Amino acid sequence: MASDRSLTLGTPVTEAQVRALRVGDMVTLEGTLFGIRDATQIHMFDRGRRTRFDLAGHAVIHTAPNVRKVEPSPAYPAGYAPVCIGTTTSMRMERYTRPLMQDCGVRIIVGKGGLGAESLRAFGELGGVYLAIIGGVAALETTWIEAIEDVDLDDLNPESLWKFRIRGFGPLQVAMDSVGGSLYADVDARARSKRDAVLAKLGAR
Amino acid sequence: MDVDIARVEDAARELYIRALKILPDDIKQGFERLDRVETDAGGKRVLATMIRNIGVAEDTGNLLCQDTGIPIYNVTLGRNLRVDGVDLEAAIIRGCERATREHPLRSSVVHPITRKNRHTSTGRRVPVINVAFSERPDELVIEMIPKGSGSENNSWLKMAVPAEGVAAIERFVVDCVLDAGGKTCPPTIVGVGVGGSADLCVHLAKVAATRPLGSVCDDPEGAALERALSAAVNELGIGPQGLGGDATAFAVHIEIAATHITMNPVAVNMQCHSARRARAVLTPAGVTYGF
Repeated sequence: MASDRSLTLGTPVTEAQVRALRVGDMVTLEGTLFGIRDATQIHMFDRGRRTRFDLAGHAVIHTAPNVRKVEPSPAYPAGYAPVCIGTTTSMRMERYTRPLMQDCGVRIIVGKGGLGAESLRAFGELGGVYLAIIGGVAALETTWIEAIEDVDLDDLNPESLWKFRIRGFGPLQVAMDSVGGSLYADVDARARSKRDAVLAKLGAR
Repeated sequence: MDVDIARVEDAARELYIRALKILPDDIKQGFERLDRVETDAGGKRVLATMIRNIGVAEDTGNLLCQDTGIPIYNVTLGRNLRVDGVDLEAAIIRGCERATREHPLRSSVVHPITRKNRHTSTGRRVPVINVAFSERPDELVIEMIPKGSGSENNSWLKMAVPAEGVAAIERFVVDCVLDAGGKTCPPTIVGVGVGGSADLCVHLAKVAATRPLGSVCDDPEGAALERALSAAVNELGIGPQGLGGDATAFAVHIEIAATHITMNPVAVNMQCHSARRARAVLTPAGVTYGF
């Protein structure tokens, strides 16, 4: 059953913190958030490249930002100023959820559109959650990013591995949890149950 | 009118950036309409955040969405224009590259096999440039559409057969909306191409998906079908972002072409809620920008 609790989580988080979350909870993240994308994970998990970042207990977001190259300074330690940072569709990266968690210790995936059954199993077995951000609201999302602190695998730019410093990142909705809850699966099942009636009505016009 | 190529290049640059930052009025009104009738509390909350983002983008001069898309330029040449087509194409490509470099924008365009990004938003056959003609004298219209991949990845073609009739079209559209779920960033504009050849059918689906809200298919049968399908897809309950609710689509738009006696093609192409487009009209008096 969906809850409506609101809470703030500083990253990194513990397994217990993540396992306490349920679909419907609203979470605001504070601290560090890592940005990953298709190419990042293809190179990390299919081509054996390593990152120097420690992702254990951390949150990652499915993104590839718009950035401006600048001289490194205390405000722009990685030599990049954020221009527009948003979120991409998660489902393309479904098969990387388990290695992200198993090999890197990631606990939280932030994305849009949801992940599938294999990710849901990984969240249950390894202790993780999926937080739904609203896709296409990048102007707002960018205001939650304080700085681009660091970047790795930058030859893949814009699909580098980004380290963002965040403030008040959210609220984000827990849409998949560690006890088998998936809002996407629920919505999909309800929608498909209406299919035949919707088609019958169309046919009768 | 002699077309000023430098002006075309500047317009191509300006259009890309404008399209990414300012949502057309018809889409803003579409949000208001969906928000008024949304009955799901979660769906209403998602819509409110989307509407808030439109204001934040305008207030901060930022892009609405991080996805700079595949750049598409639709060029409509009126009567009595003198222009070298090769120069026109090159100017549009230069304008697209300048927008990417000078703003700067994320180049979302890569070689399909090597996956190399030139960081120019251009590459072989990209930007997509479509050319059409109009009766209007001394007028060059350029429409720019940055087509986001979340919606573009949800594109389908079915070569149905005549025996399946219009029911095949209805079933296909509903099933595409079900399969897309939240991946397309709903509420969407569901673009449907009906008829033509396979390539024309897919192209028409894109034309339909990028048509302004409130516009109607100019074929009466197509118009009736888009009304019925618009109501049907919003009964599925997929809702904004696929998190549940009434607002699955702003509308279903249909474009029609004649087809072969043995064919019954239907294609679907979706536009996400960040349904971005910008338009420049070049006349002897100068350039005006709008949607």
